[in-house]
Amino acid sequence: MSQLLDSLVELIRRTSAEIPDDIHRAILASLENEKKSSLAANAFKIIDQNIALAKNKSQPVCQDTGSILFYVDVPVGYDQIAFAETAREAVTLATKKGYLRQNSVDSLTGKNDGTNVGPGAPSLHFHQHRSPEISVKLALKGGGCENVGAQYSLPDDALHANRDFDGCRKAILDAVLQAQGKGCGPGVLGVCIGGDRATGYELSKTQFLRRLDDRNPEPKLDALEQDILKTANELGIGPMGFGGKTTLLGVKICAANRVPASYFVSVSYMCWAFRRQGVTLDAEGKIGKWLY
Amino acid sequence: MIKLSFPFTEEKVRALKVGDEVLISGVIHTGRDAVHKYLHEGGALPPGVSLRDGILYHCGPVVMNQADGSWKATAAGPTTSIREEPYQWQVIRDHGLRGVIGKGGMGDKTLAACREHGCVYLHAIGGAAQVLAECIKKVRNVYFYEQFGAPEAIWEFEVEDFPAVVTMDAHGNSLHAEVFAKSQAALAARL
Repeated sequence: MSQLLDSLVELIRRTSAEIPDDIHRAILASLENEKKSSLAANAFKIIDQNIALAKNKSQPVCQDTGSILFYVDVPVGYDQIAFAETAREAVTLATKKGYLRQNSVDSLTGKNDGTNVGPGAPSLHFHQHRSPEISVKLALKGGGCENVGAQYSLPDDALHANRDFDGCRKAILDAVLQAQGKGCGPGVLGVCIGGDRATGYELSKTQFLRRLDDRNPEPKLDALEQDILKTANELGIGPMGFGGKTTLLGVKICAANRVPASYFVSVSYMCWAFRRQGVTLDAEGKIGKWLY
Repeated sequence: MIKLSFPFTEEKVRALKVGDEVLISGVIHTGRDAVHKYLHEGGALPPGVSLRDGILYHCGPVVMNQADGSWKATAAGPTTSIREEPYQWQVIRDHGLRGVIGKGGMGDKTLAACREHGCVYLHAIGGAAQVLAECIKKVRNVYFYEQFGAPEAIWEFEVEDFPAVVTMDAHGNSLHAEVFAKSQAALAARL
């Protein structure tokens, strides 16, 4: 078990301290696109310096090390209970080492015991697959961006949003407008059309596991992703809401079946400090390869 | 870049306008959700803490205890300020704040208090926890550590050339209100 523990602590360290290449490339391209010496360009420069500094010092990119979301794919027969115990231990250890902030508060007592472990924390999502491979993906999602997430129930009279793709577009763009810079923009949207309230949000967050430069294999969703990205970047909200050309770095949308009575559009927002990494593990828990 | 150094007098603060980029040096205190609610409910600042002519930083840092017993801030970017909107005006009024550092901007009540009492909102770069921690030269003290937990405690920092942008000034101007109005109009034209 100690091999697995070491691997998970290393996964947490790297997730917290290193922005994945796909995100970093998008940030650098956006910096080039902003007007020189504007507030937007200067914000991007500080962001870029911060990315380098965090990696070099092996310290958190952002002090809000967020909700800790593990997505674990395991073969049939894998001991998920033992994994979950080790993951909790790894979180506590990573917190002691300063890779994670003491970030988990008892909602009844208001106490923060400094371990980052408690009811619902960390959050573990297991999926079984018919492959011998074990893969662990981790996302650290800060509270600022979590707070600007939004869920719409269509039709929405105020937005003139009906139960169709145009209605989805209106809802998603409203979420961008309402978020302004509060979610540490430029961010990435993860969206789920359909589902129930819980699965809608749940699936919207799994969109953050996609690479930023991928394209949606479903043409209708791909078109909506490109449209939202282009339109959002014409709104002039800009990094931090300072104004500028870059409001979003990417948009990822999935769809899930719904019951006839419900039509939810669930929007999750991930800040520029997009912390997600993943590894494959061998049967002993040793890291095979890094996934992003 | 405008240098803004302690003490942060009303005169210095009133001279600032929206869009100014500043480098802040001197003593600042952190305070976020728990502290604002506590002060709003009539709680007293701990002995030794004064916010008069001071700057309050909306921040829940990662602070590590060093071998010699001192503290070191290892990650210290701003948290979202709008959550303090119900309380901020009162803290500005009652405690004589001259500046609030945070991210995302604040609303009309805070903007009005800034104008009335002489205070500015200073927007730091959200997520830039390492660049901003480098500007914290010393952790002088911590208050309410046990009561509120590390992220919610009042930390007393000595900062040097801490970068921020004035996005709400003491004259009633708000970059956030301006960007919201423009982006709302731009969106309406694209629906």
